[in-house]
Amino acid sequence: MGRFHQHDDDHGHHDLDDKGDHSGYATGTERIEVLERIFDENDRMAAANRADFDAAGVTAVNLMSSPGAGKTALLRHTLERLQGCVRVGIVEGDIETSIDADRLDGFGAAVSLINTANGFGGECHLDAPMVRSALPRLPLAELDLLIVENVGNLVCPAEFQVGEHRRAMVYAITEGEEKPLKYPVMFRSADVVLVNKIDLLPHLDFDLDAFYTNLKAVNPNVPVIETSARTGQGVEQWCDWLSNRRHG
Amino acid sequence: MHELSICRSIVDIVNRNAAGREVRAVHLQVGQLRQIVPDTLVYCWSLVNDDTPLAGSTLEVESIPAAIRCRSCAATTTISAPVLVCGSCSGTDVEIITGEEFLLTTLDLAEA
Repeated sequence: MGRFHQHDDDHGHHDLDDKGDHSGYATGTERIEVLERIFDENDRMAAANRADFDAAGVTAVNLMSSPGAGKTALLRHTLERLQGCVRVGIVEGDIETSIDADRLDGFGAAVSLINTANGFGGECHLDAPMVRSALPRLPLAELDLLIVENVGNLVCPAEFQVGEHRRAMVYAITEGEEKPLKYPVMFRSADVVLVNKIDLLPHLDFDLDAFYTNLKAVNPNVPVIETSARTGQGVEQWCDWLSNRRHG
Repeated sequence: MHELSICRSIVDIVNRNAAGREVRAVHLQVGQLRQIVPDTLVYCWSLVNDDTPLAGSTLEVESIPAAIRCRSCAATTTISAPVLVCGSCSGTDVEIITGEEFLLTTLDLAEA
């Protein structure tokens, strides 16, 4: 273990009754330097996933949002539109149940479900090892695009790379204008923000300009697409964004 | 609650570096731009290490303030909110220089 920092001083005898030691420990304490990033292991696995995607010519998009923002409904529209021109695989993260995976059935996409329940009540995010475990169930070589539908949560998924090339975030205008300031890590990490449920705008006391001001404060240059899974608004533009990110 | 799975990652790093020696304290640096709650982390530490050799160890978290540098005027600003605006010229073309740390810095081990 080359990491150990060796002390040159005082490796001698330590007596239990040593008057100079008030720590309550029977022996002295040595501080060693480690300097390891906590996410190193996850990031190594993410790099391995990304290498597999690159080798297969697949672009991977990590799709994140709070619960109920409309990820799955938007994905249904997305798959419908891309069917026949872009070959799509989905990694579907869900704490429990296959309901969302079932909702994506029948659109020609290969879906691999990960349930994150693990005895502790379920993980709140997908990490790189979880996504890796889902890959054998997908025909990567036959895909152009892999969408990783993360667990609905504005906090945890932002901290974990899964091997994606790009991050897309679905935000629903029913969530309130202040969300970018409350959850800056996710908003800052997004390469595109879909402003969803935009059809509800006339019915809400929602200040769209205030939302954009807050969004620009945490992620000044992020592209935005206003979408509605109900009317289909913005889905074409979103599909263009997805297609443009495909490998040549 | 990603603190729970994070604690498991920390346990792996600690066990690999401690190589069987008794661990007394684990020192972390957590940047303030991370959405990691130190108190929750400390609570989860006791939870995941209950009935393990690490049960007696403490997790010491040092919080690192967030600072940005402006690409236009080169000023450095320490920020208390996640708003990435230069404190000097109000420019938004800034880079984050501190606040995204998440490191295990040192371990306190029993001397052999």
